[in-house]
Amino acid sequence: MYGKGFSQHLLKTISNLNIGVREGEILAVAGSSGSGKSLLAHAALGILPKNAVIEGGMAWRGAPLDAALHKRLRGREIALVPQSVAYLDPLIRVGRQISNDSQTVGRLFARYHLKPGTEKLFPHELSGGMTRRVMICAALAGGPKLVIADEPTPGLTPHLAEHAMRHFREIADGGAGVILITHDIDLAVRHADRIAVLYAGTAAEVADASDFADAALLRHPYSKALWAAMPQNGFVAAAGAQPYAGELPPGCLYAPRCPECSPECMAAPPQPRSVRGGEVSCCNAH
Amino acid sequence: MKRLNRRTAAAIGSAAMLAIVLAIYIGGAMIPDSALQADFSQRGLAPSATHLFGTDFLGRDMFARTVKGLSLSLAVGAAASAMAAIIALAVGVAAAMGRSAVDHAANWFVDLFMSVPHTVLIILIAIALDRGAAGMMLGIALTHWTGLARVIRGEVLQIRAQQYITASRGFGKGSLWIARRHILPHVAPQFLIGLVLLFPHAIMHESGLTFLGFGLPPEQPAIGIILSESMKYISSGMVWLAVFPGLSLAALVLLIDRLGNTARRLFEPREAQL
Amino acid sequence: MRIEVRDIVFGYTKGKKVLDGVSLSIEAGERVALVGPSGCGKSTLSQIIAGALKPESGEVLFAGKSLPRRGFCPIQLIRQHPEKAVNPRWKLGRTLAEAWAPDDSFLAAMGIEKAWLDRYPAELSGGELQRFCIARALAPETRFIIADEISTMLDVITQAQLWELLLHAASSRGLGILAVTHSERLAAHVSSRIIDFTPHMP
Repeated sequence: MYGKGFSQHLLKTISNLNIGVREGEILAVAGSSGSGKSLLAHAALGILPKNAVIEGGMAWRGAPLDAALHKRLRGREIALVPQSVAYLDPLIRVGRQISNDSQTVGRLFARYHLKPGTEKLFPHELSGGMTRRVMICAALAGGPKLVIADEPTPGLTPHLAEHAMRHFREIADGGAGVILITHDIDLAVRHADRIAVLYAGTAAEVADASDFADAALLRHPYSKALWAAMPQNGFVAAAGAQPYAGELPPGCLYAPRCPECSPECMAAPPQPRSVRGGEVSCCNAH
Repeated sequence: MKRLNRRTAAAIGSAAMLAIVLAIYIGGAMIPDSALQADFSQRGLAPSATHLFGTDFLGRDMFARTVKGLSLSLAVGAAASAMAAIIALAVGVAAAMGRSAVDHAANWFVDLFMSVPHTVLIILIAIALDRGAAGMMLGIALTHWTGLARVIRGEVLQIRAQQYITASRGFGKGSLWIARRHILPHVAPQFLIGLVLLFPHAIMHESGLTFLGFGLPPEQPAIGIILSESMKYISSGMVWLAVFPGLSLAALVLLIDRLGNTARRLFEPREAQL
Repeated sequence: MRIEVRDIVFGYTKGKKVLDGVSLSIEAGERVALVGPSGCGKSTLSQIIAGALKPESGEVLFAGKSLPRRGFCPIQLIRQHPEKAVNPRWKLGRTLAEAWAPDDSFLAAMGIEKAWLDRYPAELSGGELQRFCIARALAPETRFIIADEISTMLDVITQAQLWELLLHAASSRGLGILAVTHSERLAAHVSSRIIDFTPHMP
């Protein structure tokens, strides 16, 4: 990115991030803005900008996921459900945007309760809820094994949001993996199987959604702080803020805010490890 | 050597282009009339080391004439585009900030001026004002403000609806204050870039009409005059008389256009992906 | 100095009313939550109460009179997207100064670092920007704050932080708050009275 004036520097926005999604599950990637959740989605889709510097790798069903494989999978086996209507072409009837095969379109529309004839409409003729279902159909047309949903609910009424989430559950039940990207931890707890809590570009914890029932079940101090800040759990605000990429502390990224911080936390970033069936990047988790 | 990033390269490029344009303008203005005197011993020479662009039928050095002509074109073009841009700013801001009647009137005028062919209108205005540089400039200005006026109107309308403008009113700020502090700084880059991009049009029109005989009078060392004189000699083999001045004009116009576009990318890095 | 909203009617397109005869009142210093699904006209109503939008009919009375057309508005609106509510070309110090001139201790209480005053909005996070929007709305002339989904796009910790400082500032100065939100849980936490705002949805 660009700094002041004409200087240009490298920003380390994601570090030590290890996440996997399994077939048939909804994995929520929850984090505040700047936590790297959108970058993670772009990486999974293979659409990071050209000037991105990437270390480490991704794997797809055991095979290394490189640019060539990405090109083959994207839009077919890996599909995106975008945030907004803006992703539909306003000048093309929605049926043609989903698939050239009218049978596929008909089958998908029937499954998502879109009336026959909807395929002949233009995007602006759809209501909000219909648009969302059309975009889900578009993602499903290629028979994906992995669906990435990028903040699918803001702007929806609670009723429509529940509906949308039910669709994602159906997709997962159909055998695909679903990555649900959201800043709304409440939504993640209610609808995902597992939750990856992102903090400053690293996965603080990957836990079963059911672990969010009680702070004692959680492993990372940041997840516990998130839990405590939810209105139903007391609305307690932890002090401090997520550090910026470029101003990251040398050790554990949460150390400056952590109530349980010990000297070793300041020294080196903790490696992810398994604790009570979840993954956590914290030296003191037990 | 460290590789330059795109923004630095664009800034250096703009500065270089601006320097060339300024050099042509100042260089042309400094050429004394004596350098353009007829010298019959030097008539009709082909381009050489002493006469880069050759000499014409009166023995005048074509390089000096070309630079002088381009310099004159730059002056006329600068004045004309400045006038056009100021009209555009006034009309655009008035249309966006005023009542809907003002907006309607402004749009009507824009449509009106756009519906008349430019060349015809400029010729009419130039002739009405006795074919001098003033008529030329006014003609170009009156035909070229429309596009930029629309752009500025759109910009102002868009920014006027921003939440921070509403917030500003909530803090007790008046319209004038908001226009000065919030809106004008936002429109300024658009305005400057629009101005630079008007420039090539203005120069082309000036030289084009002068070439056709409707523009600057023949005694002026304008590039259009040079080109139209040179046409007579093309058939007699003195091709350089037309080719070099013509190419120089094209190069200058392209250069300024390029300068405007590069500057736009510098000012609006997000839109231009720079 | 209560706010009285009487029979507000408003529509963005002819014939389709977003608000059709809305009335409510808020006492001085009272904390009220307006709860309803998105798209029900909550934001429109917020803007009308803060004087940022003119209703087709009906009136908003503050201390028995309609809002002053000039000068600092005693009812200040804080909105959902702080990045849209500040001029992107201004450093935040200038943005703050546009509203009023808070002292250092106030900024410290708002959790605003001095270095941020010298930054542009693009250089701060949504939560940090929202602190500025809250701070500038808390001018001495302010009597009511309308908080329209101010924490919806933020994570829960930042949400709790922002509400903590807003509620603290409001109670120490006796400001009334109208919290507009889709979340009943949040409403229960930040208000003493909840107005259910679910008008005739299609």
